[in-house]
Amino acid sequence: MNIFQHKISSGLVTFVAVMVCYVSFTRQPADAYLFPRVVSIFFLGLALWTFIKALMGRSKAGNGLSINMFKNMAPGVLISAMYIFWAAKSLGFYTATSIAFFLLLTSYDPAPHSEYKSWFKRIIITASFVAIMYALFAKILVVYTPRGMFI
Amino acid sequence: MDFIFYFGEVFTFTSMLLLIGGTIGGLIMGATPGLSPTMTVALLIPFTFNMTPVHGLILLGAAYTSTVAGGAVSAILLKIPGAPANIATTLDGNAMARKGEGAKALQLSFISSLIGGLFGVFLLIFLTPVLAKMANSFGYSHTFWLAIIGVTVIGSLEAGSVVKGLLSGCIGMWLATIGFDDIQGVKRFVFHPALGGGVNIIPALIGLFAIPQVITMFAKGRFQTDIEQIIVKKHPVSAAFREVFFRKRALAIGTSIGSVIGLIPGVGGQIAGLLAYDQAKKFSPEKSKFGTGHSEGVIAAEAANNAMVGPSLVPLLTLSIPGSPTAAVLLGGLIIHGIFPGPNLFQQHPEVIWPFINSMLIGQILMCIFGIYIASMAARVAQVPQSIMAAIVLGLAAFGSFAVQQSMGDVYVMAVLGSMMYFLERFGFSAAPLVLGLILGPIAESNFVTGSLISTAQNGPFVYFFTGGLNIVLVSIVVLSVGFSFWSEITAKRATH
Repeated sequence: MNIFQHKISSGLVTFVAVMVCYVSFTRQPADAYLFPRVVSIFFLGLALWTFIKALMGRSKAGNGLSINMFKNMAPGVLISAMYIFWAAKSLGFYTATSIAFFLLLTSYDPAPHSEYKSWFKRIIITASFVAIMYALFAKILVVYTPRGMFI
Repeated sequence: MDFIFYFGEVFTFTSMLLLIGGTIGGLIMGATPGLSPTMTVALLIPFTFNMTPVHGLILLGAAYTSTVAGGAVSAILLKIPGAPANIATTLDGNAMARKGEGAKALQLSFISSLIGGLFGVFLLIFLTPVLAKMANSFGYSHTFWLAIIGVTVIGSLEAGSVVKGLLSGCIGMWLATIGFDDIQGVKRFVFHPALGGGVNIIPALIGLFAIPQVITMFAKGRFQTDIEQIIVKKHPVSAAFREVFFRKRALAIGTSIGSVIGLIPGVGGQIAGLLAYDQAKKFSPEKSKFGTGHSEGVIAAEAANNAMVGPSLVPLLTLSIPGSPTAAVLLGGLIIHGIFPGPNLFQQHPEVIWPFINSMLIGQILMCIFGIYIASMAARVAQVPQSIMAAIVLGLAAFGSFAVQQSMGDVYVMAVLGSMMYFLERFGFSAAPLVLGLILGPIAESNFVTGSLISTAQNGPFVYFFTGGLNIVLVSIVVLSVGFSFWSEITAKRATH
C-alpha cells in the first residue's frame, strides 16, 4: 500500500484538527467554546499520533486508492457533483435527476453501447425511477423540490 | 407485562401495511449486495417524516429486522454477504447452494433468524424496563460519561485501527458543535451558509453511509466480474423446521451468543455471527463438515445475527448508547420524532415505544414467512447490476436529504460528508463512530456544560466528573474498552508477524 497516500490523508486530518483547535481556543466567548476545546484537544492529539505513525511508515489500516479506482470513479463522481452542486438547482430537481441517472447508467452499465436494446432499457429504467420519485416525493410526501429552467 | 396492552396499535390497518411493506422492502434491500441495514434504515428515515412516531418507528424497526435476515439471500446464493452480519452465513450457506441445497439453506436461515430474533426481542421487552429503572438515578456527569462510552466503544471496535476509530468519533463530536451553541446562542464553525443551522443528523447519516457505497460501486468500473447464478431447487418448509429443531445445539449457541453480543454497545452482528459459527463448530461432533455446506453453520450464524437485533436496542432505549451502527441510525430516527431515549422513556412515551417493540415481535414472524416465499425472487434482485444500484442510491440520497428541511444546503452537506467519508474509509477510518460522535455529541456537550456549571458551585470539575461510585465505573469502562482494543490490536499484529 502506498505509504505516501497515508501521509497525505493523515496530514489533511491533522490540518483540520489544528484549525479546529486554533478556532476553539481563539474565539470568544470562551464559555461557548468550552466543549469544542475539550474535543479539539483529543482530536489534535489523535490526529498527530496518526500523522506521526504515517510519517514513520507504520500506518497500515485501510487499502488506499489506486489509479484504476480513480479512473473508474471519475465519471461517476463528476456526474454526481454536477447533479448535486449545479443541475439540481439550475435545471430543476427532477430534470437533473433524470439526466444524472441516465448518464450514470450509460457510464457504468456493462451492456454494449452499440445495441439499441441497452439504450431502450436505460431509458425505461430512468423514466421508471423518476416517475416513482415524483409520485413519492411530489405527490405523497408533498416535498417542494427546487425548480430551475424545468421541474 | 405492560407490552401486552399495546399490541392493539400494531394490528391497525396502517401499522400492518407498514410492517408488511417494511419487511418485504427490507428483505429485498438486505438481499441486495451493497445495501447494508444501516444504509437502508438511514435512507428510510426521510419517508417517516409525515408519519406518526409509532408508524415511523414500526417501518424502521421492520426494515432493521428484515435487512439483517435478507442479507442471507445474497450470502447463500451469491457468496456476497448482503450485510456484514451475514459474513459467517456465506461459509456454509453458499457451499449448500452449490450442492443444490440453496432453497434448504435459505429456509434454515430464515427459520433460525425467526427463533433467534424472537428470543432477542423478548430479551428487549424484559430487560429494558429493568435497566431503565436503574438509569433513573443518573446525573449530568453520568450521562456525559455514557455518551463518551458510546463513542469510544464503537470507535475502538469498528474502525481499521483503534486510533483512527477514536479519531472518527472526535470528528463526529466536532461536527456536532457546528452551528449555534445551545446555551449562549453563539455561532460556531459556520464557514458556509449551508451550515448555519448546524449539521442535520439525517442528511449526515444518509451521506456517511450511502455515498461511500455509491463511490465504491463507481470505483469498480463498468466491467465488473459477473455474478454466478445458482439454481434454487424446491425444498419442503416442514423439513427445514424439523432440521432446525434437530440442530438444537447450533440454534442455542447462535441465539445465546447473539443476544449477549447485542447487549454490548458497539459490537455488531458481524462479530455475533462469526463468534456463534466458531463456537457451534467447536461444540459440534461433526466439526469436519463445517465449511462444506453443513446446516449447523447456517443455523448458528443466522440465529446469532438476528438474536442481536433486539438486545442491541436495550442500551439504546435506556442509556442512549446504540448497540450497533444500525441502532445508532435508529437513534437519529427516534430523535427526529421527538423521542429522546433515556431512563424515562417508558414513562414518557409508552404509547410509542411498546407498539414499536411489539411490532418487532410480529415483524420477526412476517420476516420468516415472506423470507421463505420471496427468497427466489430476492435472488433475482441480488443480481441487479451495480450501475443501476449506484444511480438509485444516489437519487434516493439526494431526494431523502432534501426532504428533511426542503433545503439544498442539506443535500450539499450530505454530498460533502459522504465523499469525505469514502476517502477516510479507504484509509482505515469508520463511519459508525463518526455518526455516534455526531448523534451523541450534543448529549455529551449539554451534560458536560451543565455539569461544569454545577461543579464550579461545588468542589470543582474533577470531583464532579471523576469521583463517586458510578462515575468511577463509567470512566473505567471507557478506559478498559479503549485499553482492551489497543491490546487486541497489538496481539493481532504480533500474531500476523
